[in-house]
Amino acid sequence: MRHWGYMAALIFVVIASFWLEIFLKVGVLRQVKRLIYSIAPIAFLFIGWDGYAISRRHWRFDPTQILKIYGPFNIPLEEYLFFIIVPIAAIMTLEAVRKRRPHWTIGDEK
Amino acid sequence: MSYTQLAVLAVALAAMLDLFIVRTRLLFRKALWTSYAIILPFQILTNWWLTSHNIVIYTKHQIMGPRLASAPLEDIAFGFALILSVLSLWVFWGRRGASH
Repeated sequence: MRHWGYMAALIFVVIASFWLEIFLKVGVLRQVKRLIYSIAPIAFLFIGWDGYAISRRHWRFDPTQILKIYGPFNIPLEEYLFFIIVPIAAIMTLEAVRKRRPHWTIGDEK
Repeated sequence: MSYTQLAVLAVALAAMLDLFIVRTRLLFRKALWTSYAIILPFQILTNWWLTSHNIVIYTKHQIMGPRLASAPLEDIAFGFALILSVLSLWVFWGRRGASH
């Protein structure tokens, strides 16, 4: 179980945010193209940062608390997932706020 | 560059994206700050989990030193830059009508 230490945090973020999709019907997950266009360029930059930080030893990960599946630049799988899950959670939060406060414009209103 | 320098740079770049590049001006909107007020406690909680259990370990001389709930202060800037830049692009693509 110890190897799931990092993954547990990601599962928590998913549980804490994705209910908004079901109960508040924020409709984020069905906007696949918009999600990819919004997340991919930023995730790409942050993964670059992560790779640099790992290579320069700004931070490192305890190999006993991750699943030890590594992608490019020696970055653990959990980090790649982090840069997808956290942005989706943030978008769901913004859309949930909009749902509850429709008069607060966010800039994409027709 | 140290983590501290990169974190400051990332926030500056995210703010530039929002204000001058895609001009979504989220930094001036209540909806952004309300969302951030909801996100921040969750970020602090997950950061606390990852750092207090030493899942992520930072090199001392790469950070300023001050910590919030066991995570280096730089993590707050890192998270804010990530969230602001993604939300800014989300609004930008929404304006352009890219959804499905």
